[in-house]
Amino acid sequence: MTKLTFIEPSGNRREIEADGGQSVMQAATAAGIEGIAAECGGSCMCATCHCLVCEAPGGLPEMESDEADTLEFTAEEMRETSRLICQIEVTTEIEGTVFKVMGR
Amino acid sequence: MPGTVIIGAGHGGVQLAASLRETGYEGRVRLISADPDLPYHKPPLSKSFMKTPDAPLQPLRGEAFFDQNDIALDLGREVVRVERERKRLICSDGSALDYDKLVLATGTRARKLTVPGAELDGVHSLRTAEDARALRADLPGARRVVVIGGGFIGLEAAAMLAARGLSVSVVELAPRLLGRAVSSITAQTIASYLEGEGVSLHLDTAIEAIDGQNGRVTDVRLSDEVLAADLVLVGVGAEPMDELARDAGLVVENGIVVDEFLATSAPDIFAIGDCVSFPQVHLGCHTRLESVQNATDQARSLAQTLTGTPQPYAALPWFWSDIGAVKLQIAGLAREGGETLATRSDDGQVKSVYHLAGGQLVACETLNSAGEHMLSRRMIAEGITPARTVLETGDTAEIKKAYAAVKNF
Ligand SMILES: Cc1cc2nc3c(=O)[nH]c(=O)nc-3n(C[C@H](O)[C@H](O)[C@H](O)COP(=O)(O)OP(=O)(O)OC[C@H]3O[C@@H](n4cnc5c(N)ncnc54)[C@H](O)[C@@H]3O)c2cc1C
Ligand code: FES
Repeated sequence: MTKLTFIEPSGNRREIEADGGQSVMQAATAAGIEGIAAECGGSCMCATCHCLVCEAPGGLPEMESDEADTLEFTAEEMRETSRLICQIEVTTEIEGTVFKVMGR
Repeated sequence: MPGTVIIGAGHGGVQLAASLRETGYEGRVRLISADPDLPYHKPPLSKSFMKTPDAPLQPLRGEAFFDQNDIALDLGREVVRVERERKRLICSDGSALDYDKLVLATGTRARKLTVPGAELDGVHSLRTAEDARALRADLPGARRVVVIGGGFIGLEAAAMLAARGLSVSVVELAPRLLGRAVSSITAQTIASYLEGEGVSLHLDTAIEAIDGQNGRVTDVRLSDEVLAADLVLVGVGAEPMDELARDAGLVVENGIVVDEFLATSAPDIFAIGDCVSFPQVHLGCHTRLESVQNATDQARSLAQTLTGTPQPYAALPWFWSDIGAVKLQIAGLAREGGETLATRSDDGQVKSVYHLAGGQLVACETLNSAGEHMLSRRMIAEGITPARTVLETGDTAEIKKAYAAVKNF
């Protein structure tokens, strides 16, 4: 189990316990985190799982080019800390990460 | 007040319920679906769901979402009749439900094959979670698979099954794959990829019959050949679920006909998603589209209308299909008779095909080139067409520079 925190578009802060073997997006959706439409189901196409990483005590895996390209050209401005959370796998290394949901 | 009742808890219906709450709709929202599973993503059914025997369904929203948002979720219930005058629905269990506003988000059903033997055990189609579970349960023990129909779902499944080590043949009636959905260059590129993965393609080929023994499929008979098969997947397209609308006297023509506000020909009845024929602003005519984008964007647009800020539906279509390692993405809609412009990566692989009509960029297909896809979505939506010499480079940085130059002019 990995502890992750989400700040929902309303400002509400929620902590979840996520199983490994799935993406952060899947864990967040299943836990009912608000503001993540995840329209493409994790195919790195829709950017509706866009989050800002506020804290990452253990670091996060590097972005692949698909994720970087999709983020660069989405409607909302890409920030330094932008990630598509469907492209991040839940592992114990990412314990304690805090994501701010962009929503739309 | 009975509020808004949505028939169909697929991509469109669920997004509509969510968007209604997001836009502050305070009435009751009821989501009814014949499908008993907690609403799930359909695209993975022909992709990751087939990869391992125990991959779970991917829910569209967590179970708690519906309660948290005061959305009544009524699963495993089929609506059999719409009584317009009394504004109520009759379900297959005999129960009746009133509505103020009704939304039909009933999607499509898999088209049935009419050849002899189509009802044999081992012959599958793939539209719902139940279909996908049945197909997956039939995989252990199968060695030879025949996929009938070279459309998106069939090809995705073919690539997936070949990767699992099965011997896969695809039979397609037309002389090329993917019909008119993509350019012939893209279709050819995907055909070569699949052949490289060991899939054997039979184009321009009709099925005469499916043969079986003891009620179970044994082979597929073509005009000139017989293919042994332990399993058959039929992917010959989908038909709109428009019977409820038709029986209620609504205008139906290649789907439930709606106007630019997604209103049907009857007052207080709306329709969204795969089941509707809507005025497509980019094409200038009525069209029916089967895509997640179309269902969810129409849902968002209808939520605006139902909460008092009507907006004509005008979103730019986009689509994706993961065929093995090939991520095909499509932005916009190609026109009949337009010109195409293909670009290649350093290793000679086609990576994008731009479609121009009257000199304007109208669509773009990309193969493993996400940046070009995303940029195309913007350019087409904003009506910006970079010079052909720039598009021809297929270089995202160059195209972006040209786009930015126009934007900042
Ligand atoms: C295997 C597969 C792979 C796909 N891959 C992609 C892809 O990669 N990219 C893409 O963009 N699209 C893909 N699609 C298409 C996409 O899933 C559809 O476009 C989308 O689901 C349409 O949403 P919808 O809400 O219109 O209909 P659906 O999601 O089909 O939902 C319709 C719902 O209505 C219910 N219903 C129908 N009639 C009744 C009734 N009388 N009473 C009660 N309930 C009823 C059904 O049970 C169903 O739950 C794929 C589809 C399939 C099947
Ligand atoms: S879910 Fe679509 S990009 Fe992440």
